[in-house]
Amino acid sequence: MNREGRPTGAGETQAPRSRTFTGNKALQIEEPLIFERADYGHGGVDLPEPEGLSTNLAGLEQESAPDLPGLSEPEIMRHYVRLSQKNFSIDGGFYPLGSCTMKHNPRLNEKMARLPGFADIHPLQPQSTVQGALELQHEISGWLCNITGMSAVTLAPRAGAHGELAGMMAIRAALEARGDARSVVLTPESSHGTNPATASLVGYKVKAIPARADGTVSVEAVREHLGPDVAGIMITNPNTCGLFERDFAAISAAVHEAGGFVYGDGANLNALMGRADVAALGVDAMHINLHKTFSTPHGGGGPGAGPVVFSKALAPFAPLPLLREKYGVFSLIENPDEAENASPFGRMAAFQGQMGVFVRALSYMLSHGGNGLARSTDDAVLNANYIRARLADVMSLPFGNQSCMHEVLFDDAFLKDTGVTTLDFAKAMIDEGFHPMTVYFPLVVHGAMLIEPTESESKETLDQFIETMRALVKAARSGETGRFTNAPVFAPRRRLDETRAARQPVLVYEGKI
Amino acid sequence: MSDTKYTEDHEYIQIEGDIATIGITDYAQGQLGDVVFVELPETGASFAKGDEAAVIESVKAASEVYAPISCAVIEVNSILEGEPAIVNSDPEGEGWFMKVSISDEAELEELMDEDAYKAFIAEL
Amino acid sequence: MRYLPHTDETRKAMLDKIGVAGMAALFADIPQEAQRSGLETLPGYQGEWDVEAHMAALAAKNRAAASGPFFIGCGAYRHHVPASVDHLIQRSEFLTAYTPYQPEISQGTLQVLFEFQTQVARLTGMEVANASMYDGSTACAEAALMASRVKRRRKIVICGNLHPHYRESTLTLGRFGGLRIETTRPQPGGAPELAGLIDKDTAALVVQNPDVFGQVRDLAPLAEAAHAAGALLIAVVTEPVSLGLLRSPGAMGADVVCGEGQSIGNGLNFGGPYLGLFAVNKKLLRQMPGRICGQTVDADGRRGFVLTLSTREQHIRREKATSNICTNSGLCALAFSIHLSLLGGEGLRKLARLNHESTIALAGTLGQVPGVKVLNSGYFNEFTYKVPGDAAEVIEALAGRDILGGVPASRFYPGEGFDDLIITAASELNTDEHRAAYAGALKEILS
Repeated sequence: MNREGRPTGAGETQAPRSRTFTGNKALQIEEPLIFERADYGHGGVDLPEPEGLSTNLAGLEQESAPDLPGLSEPEIMRHYVRLSQKNFSIDGGFYPLGSCTMKHNPRLNEKMARLPGFADIHPLQPQSTVQGALELQHEISGWLCNITGMSAVTLAPRAGAHGELAGMMAIRAALEARGDARSVVLTPESSHGTNPATASLVGYKVKAIPARADGTVSVEAVREHLGPDVAGIMITNPNTCGLFERDFAAISAAVHEAGGFVYGDGANLNALMGRADVAALGVDAMHINLHKTFSTPHGGGGPGAGPVVFSKALAPFAPLPLLREKYGVFSLIENPDEAENASPFGRMAAFQGQMGVFVRALSYMLSHGGNGLARSTDDAVLNANYIRARLADVMSLPFGNQSCMHEVLFDDAFLKDTGVTTLDFAKAMIDEGFHPMTVYFPLVVHGAMLIEPTESESKETLDQFIETMRALVKAARSGETGRFTNAPVFAPRRRLDETRAARQPVLVYEGKI
Repeated sequence: MSDTKYTEDHEYIQIEGDIATIGITDYAQGQLGDVVFVELPETGASFAKGDEAAVIESVKAASEVYAPISCAVIEVNSILEGEPAIVNSDPEGEGWFMKVSISDEAELEELMDEDAYKAFIAEL
Repeated sequence: MRYLPHTDETRKAMLDKIGVAGMAALFADIPQEAQRSGLETLPGYQGEWDVEAHMAALAAKNRAAASGPFFIGCGAYRHHVPASVDHLIQRSEFLTAYTPYQPEISQGTLQVLFEFQTQVARLTGMEVANASMYDGSTACAEAALMASRVKRRRKIVICGNLHPHYRESTLTLGRFGGLRIETTRPQPGGAPELAGLIDKDTAALVVQNPDVFGQVRDLAPLAEAAHAAGALLIAVVTEPVSLGLLRSPGAMGADVVCGEGQSIGNGLNFGGPYLGLFAVNKKLLRQMPGRICGQTVDADGRRGFVLTLSTREQHIRREKATSNICTNSGLCALAFSIHLSLLGGEGLRKLARLNHESTIALAGTLGQVPGVKVLNSGYFNEFTYKVPGDAAEVIEALAGRDILGGVPASRFYPGEGFDDLIITAASELNTDEHRAAYAGALKEILS
């Protein structure tokens, strides 16, 4: 009570109500599906009246309009703003999702991508009318080659996994060109799941290489599997345990000696800029996730972009279109017959890559400059190691307390006999206002928790996170199981029934349940 | 008289004459967790030993079911397509996958009997 | 550097806490021969206005569509996008969220995807849809792979009038993925004969409607022919606005509808990022590649949404995954969904009619230019016309007069005998003045 006798603290004397009449919770407002709006009518776009000419549709006109709701602009704004408020985002909070590089997305990049000279040009305009766009592609290509030390790049792939596909297709094309049919691709057990999926899609059998006790792959283990049937190796570096593959250069040399190629998964490039020369490590092809390392927004799951850098040996096999520059004039080679001194293996997708993503990424690169990019890598690695150093005494490091790269991997040994699983622990973090780390990946570690802070986080945020983690560990170990197994309780939804969703899939609106 | 054999991939084969009923063991369903979908072969399909015969998906895993013996499918348990949960509740009864005619009885000799299978899973 | 919070003092304090002498110690595992010390050969950092100036100079070298008469289509279409769409997709919570792996704090993205799936299914006349693919061409290639997997057959028949980039993307993925692809010669303004190519080894027939030359075609007889041979009909749509007016592929018997969603809610962006659409009937639901959102309930029994059927994905199945696709095109799907929710079915129909009428007007205007001949018997918003002379030169000459008149067919089919053809598109944004300028310039160039 204050001096006037008014209550000063909500719920001081009474337990708070758990339910409201509406189901809403103050700022969290329940929002129906657009299909459940009873009275949709004229929509939110004013269009001129058509003249009512007779159609020229070869008799294929549909009798009535598609059954889709149309709402007015104020209704639309409220619908989507309310939905947005049910999302966690990097702008709103710490998002240490390992392997995903959730760094700050500068708004300058958004502004640049919306310049009409980039956003409002057609991919099939005469090339004379899009010289600035081609020049921009040339410029970002230069940056990517410089950062990695590689010889050539294709901007065609639409995402990281699509880049993997391009890289592996180039490897197969190069082998076929020398009449060398090989059938096996090696991948470490800790590789990204996309690696074996990609190798298999390109027609290779996959052989997994186990890691040694320190979490990395040894050149000896690779040598054991090498032979004339091995097309190459797909290897993530730093690996998914957050460790630099110390034998990488030696592994590359051994694979090359056996006539194979080295595919580097570049998802973790954020740990290498200005510190490691990818070409000198012996990589022949590597995709770069512009939406990770170069900060283009993830957008709730895409779009991204996955350019691939190539070594001299693979460069001639890069897919169409090819970007060429002569006397300051830029051109796109779109047909194999016009590709001089090159044997493109084919085409990855329509048109010429994710331009909107390139503009954002180049804007990011220019803002940082070479030294700023190197500094980002340093800070990203510093932040991960800071978390490691400050949590090593209460959580468990599967490969010992060695220094890590841009992410740090814990296992669930510290939760042994607490009745709390990795998933429970992650869900309790939601209640504390943090996005959980990546969980149960990589598969090589039991109950994995992979934390990637990125360079965007201040020491203050990291300290707050660390203190929260320490408090949670303490709670788990002192038997406060319910705090974890019931979590989250403060999120817009509690745990969702994934079994029900998969057993009886409801993928489109079919009426209220 | 019926006799049940097991594989290292955790399939059981209940043998009655030259007909066998194939499914996954109670141990296997426990490892998979909540089964959400079962893809069964078509009646009439024939498999060599080791061929991929069915696919089973849970929330956390998807795995192939391999033909434990060379066989031809005479009946599939199509109830599973709508009610995959039966695989969890009664794997070695109502949750069977398919009935097959046995092509080569000699192959049965290579499989484990119940005691051997129990010993096998005890070591996992 | 404005994006990096640490000061040098902070860095020092953190290094002390870690227990190392300097930053270099954290990179000690990098072999000597591959170590680098900075990126000195690249330019230094720049403030916002320097970056803006650099980018604006590049952008100024491109001719933006809005700055004059514009008539290009062929798989990417320019429509007006309401201002609220771009505003909403820039909400932090949509823009800067990751894939919704933690559904309790991702219901916004998930509900959007569920609504998107419903819209796509209704629009295409199919029962279910996924949460989107990279773009139309990759959706098409994935559809071919899916058909081969489902039917356990290797042969895919592609109509020659499929967008050539889609055909090449499918050929490329198919070559490595073990497909045998047969295709017909393109037939501008016509309908290649396809039924004869379908046999017992055929997994699917791939047909685009309207096709790359703008021609519309009844898919029903093709669906019948495909089904008779036990094959699937994959219908490709590159202009979803057409579905406001045309009979849906589902209604004409398609088993899979894939295509490009860019033209609703998304700009041209020089070819990307775009939005792959993918819809099927329920019996193929578990074979669909890509992310899928499904409805369920939470621990309190409230409706909620999750990513589902994910065991087919590479994280779990690794080399046995249905595809290697990891992401969708979430933000583009959001833009599509918002724009379509503003339009509604009636609005879409009206927009489609405006586009169709604008195209009829364009065909009428260009048809009066001496020597020009429109080839299509039926079209929606795009048609192919013949000029007396080299079409590529005509297009360049038009561009010289600041008119973007279309795509010369020779850009897609060099040396295949289509050197005198132009594929041109119209939209609700074209005016009488644009059409008159186009026809006038064309007349001058051809005379």
